[in-house]
Amino acid sequence: MAFTDPHPTTPAGPLIEVRDVTCGYADRIILSNVNLSLARGKVLALIGSSGGGKTTLLRLLTRQLRPLSGQVLFDGQDLAPMNQDQLYAQRRRMGMLFQFGALFTDLSVFENVAFPLREHTQLSESMIRDLVLMKLNAVGLRGARDLMPNEISGGMARRVALARAIALDPDLVLYDEPFAGLDPISLGVTARLIRDLNDALGLTSVIVTHDLHETFAIADHVVMVANGGVVAQGTPDELRASQDPLVHQFVNAQSDGPVRFHQPAPPVRADFGLPESEEVA
Amino acid sequence: MKALPTAIGRGLRLKLVDWGWSARLLGQLLLGLGACLRRFVLVREQIFYLGNRSLSIIGVSGLFVGFVLALQGYYTLQRYGSAEAVGLLVALSLVRELGPVVAALLFAGRAGTSLTAEIGLMKAGEQLSAMEMMAVDPIKRVLAPRFWAGFIAMPLLAAVFSAVGIVGGYLVAVPLIGVDAGSFWSQMQGGVDVFADVGNGVIKSVVFGVTVSFVALLQGYACKPTPEGVSAATTRTVVMSSLAVLALDFMLTAMMFSI
Repeated sequence: MAFTDPHPTTPAGPLIEVRDVTCGYADRIILSNVNLSLARGKVLALIGSSGGGKTTLLRLLTRQLRPLSGQVLFDGQDLAPMNQDQLYAQRRRMGMLFQFGALFTDLSVFENVAFPLREHTQLSESMIRDLVLMKLNAVGLRGARDLMPNEISGGMARRVALARAIALDPDLVLYDEPFAGLDPISLGVTARLIRDLNDALGLTSVIVTHDLHETFAIADHVVMVANGGVVAQGTPDELRASQDPLVHQFVNAQSDGPVRFHQPAPPVRADFGLPESEEVA
Repeated sequence: MKALPTAIGRGLRLKLVDWGWSARLLGQLLLGLGACLRRFVLVREQIFYLGNRSLSIIGVSGLFVGFVLALQGYYTLQRYGSAEAVGLLVALSLVRELGPVVAALLFAGRAGTSLTAEIGLMKAGEQLSAMEMMAVDPIKRVLAPRFWAGFIAMPLLAAVFSAVGIVGGYLVAVPLIGVDAGSFWSQMQGGVDVFADVGNGVIKSVVFGVTVSFVALLQGYACKPTPEGVSAATTRTVVMSSLAVLALDFMLTAMMFSI
């Protein structure tokens, strides 16, 4: 077997590249012809309305889903044809923060963060302890090490999950709705943390989110996903200034626009059995 | 006109996919043995949760089954003037049949359901996905240790069930009814064969342990990650593993008689 260096010394080219990806099922296409690339060290935000395909795109990046056509390249390598061992070798270089943390409920905060270290390294117990406490310190929860996941708040759980996601010093961290359901303080803390960790640890980050205010403050590049494709991308300022009606509606949180308030339905008259002559509001 | 064949074909195809998927999972669980042996501590923990925690229900049930067997056995045997054989009857019934079967049914209700619910809730909480994202295979890390723990725990539980049941039979037959203690034990000792009786019972309980653990893990792993999905899967675990145990028991007994 040829030896392949998992950390090539020449970090050339983008860390992630999505080329002409179409994804979905035979009878229902969710994303079509998506192209995007993400340079190392940057924070990318995927925004768009719920059900628009953001999470699908995130799952493509980690090959939790495979594209129907097109390629998803991680560090220049196509993920689709890899077998489980090759895929897992790449996934060790990724950390993922799930929407509600997905902490192991039977393990303490400390053991949750130690989990990837115990699974993938042969480090001594004292080394693991130091590493775990360092990671917990980075998210401000060194003092919560002995608590169980059911004893901490949602915002804390997400920070523990973040510590776990960066335990193996990944190159890429993916955040699935990191701000959902957080109070304003935790929200600001989490956003700041994402940016600071990205810069301090030399990560590359992808955030799927609805919280535009927080996201625009920390993202380098914003991609708006809607109607099964990328409708706009650019820096936060470029998106704010966009004249595209869809982007305008989304960025300014207007209830009606190209994204309809009403789900497609039969005419109101027919549904309520009203005679043709009567006025309908 | 085409609707019926299409529906049948579609149903059949989905069933085949299901079976294929299940068989693949079983294969992966069996192959997980290597990983389990390398980190036996994971299996040991599960033997504690599945085995030790089931001991009380297994012990109490075994005791009462032993009581009842002695009473019913005595009732029949004394008609033929062979009440001393009640010890043999209790031991053979337990070791050959009731020990493995009843222990497996109790195991399905006590440990199988908790396995299904645990795996189902881990799936619902995205814990299994999180593990995959950490490049840890949840089948090797979570499911296989539980499967092999069931494989080890079940024969031990069946043995405990039978042993306690025999003590229960003794308590009813000898002190209560007044059967002679010497003939109670000596008949049992003379009539129970290590290989033909105890051995076959052990084979049965191993098969049941594998069956119940597999059904429970399969249901948990395949369940819909919602509250209704987990509850339906837990119910299916009890129904399917109980029926499988009873059907397999008949087949194994028939095979053992023909040897």
